[in-house]
Amino acid sequence: MSEALDKRAADGDARRMVMSGHSRELRAEARFDVILSGGGLVGMSLGVALADAGLQVAVIDREDPAKVVDAPFDGRASAIARGSQQVLSTIGVWQHVGVDAAAILDIRVSDGKVGRRPSRLFLHYDSADLGEGPMGYIVENRVLRRALQARAAELPGLSLLAPLTLESDRRSAQGAEALLSDGRRLTAPLLVAAEGRNSPLRRRANIPVTTWDYPQAGIVCTLYHELDHAGTAHEHFLPSGPFAVLPLTDDEQGRHRSSLVWTEKRELVAGFMAMDDVAFAGELQRRFGYGLGKITVEGHRWSYPLSLMHAARYHDRRLVLIGDAAHQIHPIAGQGFNLGLRDVAALAECLVDARRLGLDLGSPSVLERYQSWRRFDTLAMLAATDGINRLFSNDLPPVRLARDLGLAAVNRLGPARRLFMRHAMGVVGDLPRLVRGEPL
Amino acid sequence: MAPSTPRRPRSATAGQSIDAAEIEKFSRLAARWWDPEGEMAPLHAMNPVRLQFLRDQAVRHFGLDERSLAPLAGLKVLDVGCGAGLLCEPLARMGAQVTGIDAADESLAVARQHAADSALEIDYRHSSVEALAESGETFDLVTALEVVEHVADVPGFLGACCQVVRPGGALALSTISRTPQAFAFAIVGAEYVMRKLPRGTHDWRKFLKPSELAGAVRRQGLEVREVAGMVYHPLSREWHLSRHDLSINYLLWAERDPDTA
Repeated sequence: MSEALDKRAADGDARRMVMSGHSRELRAEARFDVILSGGGLVGMSLGVALADAGLQVAVIDREDPAKVVDAPFDGRASAIARGSQQVLSTIGVWQHVGVDAAAILDIRVSDGKVGRRPSRLFLHYDSADLGEGPMGYIVENRVLRRALQARAAELPGLSLLAPLTLESDRRSAQGAEALLSDGRRLTAPLLVAAEGRNSPLRRRANIPVTTWDYPQAGIVCTLYHELDHAGTAHEHFLPSGPFAVLPLTDDEQGRHRSSLVWTEKRELVAGFMAMDDVAFAGELQRRFGYGLGKITVEGHRWSYPLSLMHAARYHDRRLVLIGDAAHQIHPIAGQGFNLGLRDVAALAECLVDARRLGLDLGSPSVLERYQSWRRFDTLAMLAATDGINRLFSNDLPPVRLARDLGLAAVNRLGPARRLFMRHAMGVVGDLPRLVRGEPL
Repeated sequence: MAPSTPRRPRSATAGQSIDAAEIEKFSRLAARWWDPEGEMAPLHAMNPVRLQFLRDQAVRHFGLDERSLAPLAGLKVLDVGCGAGLLCEPLARMGAQVTGIDAADESLAVARQHAADSALEIDYRHSSVEALAESGETFDLVTALEVVEHVADVPGFLGACCQVVRPGGALALSTISRTPQAFAFAIVGAEYVMRKLPRGTHDWRKFLKPSELAGAVRRQGLEVREVAGMVYHPLSREWHLSRHDLSINYLLWAERDPDTA
């Protein structure tokens, strides 16, 4: 790197945000502390956390920032565990979510068969048990994206480069280099892959992955119902998989809404997806009952094949993986984004601590600390969600009885149940500072 | 492994202009010396704890902000025996204005090349601390890590190091103790190192115990404020600071009275 380049890179304005519409010039070459490939929920969260701590970050995303906040781009909602909410709050994102977050005050887990009332033996989590406020929130992904963009715009250290792709990367002992689709060349001591399950950076680094496929797919949409959900999240276990109805805030017309995450046998999903809104709502009503009154659906429906994936390593030379690029878990407990945010919190802490000691951010010891911190938690969550899915996606009578009794037993064990709850809320274990709600 | 900078071959050519082939050669050497898994691996592994000690002591003594990304901003630092710049670069990234001196031209060339590649401004000089002391130049903080054990005239060396500390400034040293543990550790290290590097890395008889080093520093008029051991955990392959275990590698922090002339 020439001295001249360094001088240019030192010029803050040269690497300010370039967003479609109101783009400001970014020089052909620029030096950052971290180059992040992938500006999804997890990637943007890391970008914001690092820029908030004073680092210079480039976030490269292939999508147009104006489009990702539209409902048709992503109609999913994310369950934000309390630990995750603390992360988002500490890095200044939650303030932009505002009133669009629906608090989860109660979680009811039940089990049943289609057309039959949910079993009376159910696991009941009430936030009053913990006495620490809501157990978490359900927020639409587009609301989260909008909040992340708003926070990013406040941070001079964050450059969102979109819509662009990272065409090629070069990583050596000296540093890392990223060549973008518009011909620009960026350098940094570290590349972060937040590109999702099919991460091109991970593939080019030849990091092997282990995958498990499930004969199931998830159907996701927004449903409207007559009665107020009162902050209750329902997870109803059916033989073909869990059926979750998660509370959303009322829409502009004051209609009560929830987010549906329905796991179904893969071969049946196409049929449900092809149904008209009335027939589809009828299927939901048959499974869920009338606890929330009459159900109607409108707007997009999405379906996703279910699978688990885990990368053999979370880092390579000057490259580190976060979120779905490192691991993808069964969406059963809504833990995907929560796990991703824990990656964000741990990696941000490792990098900021290293930066305050003047260490090379891409050095193996820094990346190794992140990996050893995150691996155990991730594998535990992978095993837990896989186990829950296997236990509940089963219609054998003895298994049904056992799990009915098992759920009832868990319900009676006060302290154990509180521990389960705290884990699901993401506040147990060796916690990164951001998860504890402390600044980096 | 006993982490310690190997004695570098001295070069007679102290040419000012360096040709392209030389730059190429030094880049290759830099790649080797700077490879965290290469022959300098023990020093790379030790760097985080050394830096933590230096930063924490500097923050306390000079009243700085440890949460800053540039906690040493405004400090003028001299690194004695800087080698390829393994300590100078992090110090510069922490915001210090760094001067690195070494007797070996080759490692200085490597250091200059690497600093340029890392876009860091560091003043590397081919000099001895004794020569610098004669010039009268002083610094806020003087570091000489893993150097004392290679020096022939320890009192003379320490005297010069103390002299280049400004009144109110500080001196940080690290070395290997003269204990049976250190001896065993150094042999393992020396065997490891000597396969790849010039001979004569360590002479155990020249190692100083913490009390001896502290005494020598006090005789120069500095106050010893902190001594910490560096303990290697083979399983995690990480170094940790220890207040109690000074038996092998240790760090020492001393301060010069603001009123001394």
